[in-house]
Amino acid sequence: MSMINYASREINCKLVYYGPGLGGKTSNLECVYGKVAPDRRGKMVSLATETERTLFFDFLPVDLGTIRGFKTRFHLYTVPGQVYYNASRKLILKGVDGIVFVADSQLERMEANIESMQNLYDNMAEYGYDLTQIPFVVQYNKRDLPNASSVEELQGQLNPGWEVTDNSLHQEVPDSIHEGEFLIQQMDGVWIQRAPYFESVAITGGGVFETLRHVAKMVLKTLS
Amino acid sequence: MAGTAGTWSLDEGDHRRITEHLTELLKETSARCAMLVDRTGQLLANAGEQLSFDPTTFASLTAADFSANDQLAKMIGEPEFASLFHQGEKESMYLADIQRRVILVVLFDKRTTVGLVRLRVKRTVDGLGKIIDELLRRASEPAGDRGPSLLEGADDEIDKLFND
Repeated sequence: MSMINYASREINCKLVYYGPGLGGKTSNLECVYGKVAPDRRGKMVSLATETERTLFFDFLPVDLGTIRGFKTRFHLYTVPGQVYYNASRKLILKGVDGIVFVADSQLERMEANIESMQNLYDNMAEYGYDLTQIPFVVQYNKRDLPNASSVEELQGQLNPGWEVTDNSLHQEVPDSIHEGEFLIQQMDGVWIQRAPYFESVAITGGGVFETLRHVAKMVLKTLS
Repeated sequence: MAGTAGTWSLDEGDHRRITEHLTELLKETSARCAMLVDRTGQLLANAGEQLSFDPTTFASLTAADFSANDQLAKMIGEPEFASLFHQGEKESMYLADIQRRVILVVLFDKRTTVGLVRLRVKRTVDGLGKIIDELLRRASEPAGDRGPSLLEGADDEIDKLFND
């Protein structure tokens, strides 16, 4: 739940990085932490196991700039990806304003991606949140690996789109990031919408800021 | 908006009233500082001694602490733990739920006792509860009834901010 604090002149929003275990959620935050100037970010907190697997969450607050005299403070959270930590995962989604689903592009992780995406839909539904209404982007990580699935295959499995039932939205919306592709389009007589997607190599930083900037922009636009 | 977590805002008047309650509590208990944190981990207000740690991080951990304990309560058949107490060698903290939406955190040392803090916190929770009720009622009003939002018409500014 975004919070506009007129006393401290801040707009606070919560972004959650979701996805299967070892997919690169923590690497996304580490990359942001490493590249944002220290005066524009807080301390990164990781509640992790001794083997550096996320146990509860990672947390990093960042300022992404000022609008109308208000600092835009984004609180970035990751969830633990491992299947058996669902109770913790669900807690982190409370009050979420935007979601980044970090998928592991490796062929052998497709099932884990699908399971995690389904789990995201289920957990959101339990709070009464609707992923088709909330700022949501998909990031295909580890694009540098030789065993990475094609983006088409990943899109087909993880981001096939949802039906647009509001007639006023029935017009093609081009994907500003991928030329020739659409976020809303008619297919076989049905209007469908997909979440924006990004390719990344979080471990070296590729695609990390593009993803963050995009989802942050989507969140602020819901307030405008 | 249906299907999303929504938005709420805290204006300067709300902030002043909240701070007055926190300051009063500190005066009555000799605690070091008091904070109000929402359940999603955002710091709403604080009063008392200058904090020597990052309050944003502290707020996120406070919310996580309370959420995890809520689940533990349910597992043992309790609807909730309305308050938590963490005792340290020198510093301790007492946390109390307010309307299941925000958490009052009081940090104190040996200049006071947990008994006194617990006693005084009750009245502060009641006072703050009324303010939080009002904030939530305002947040649940249809957007049109609240007047123009802060970022209304700011699309171009938002685009400019993120298109560098």
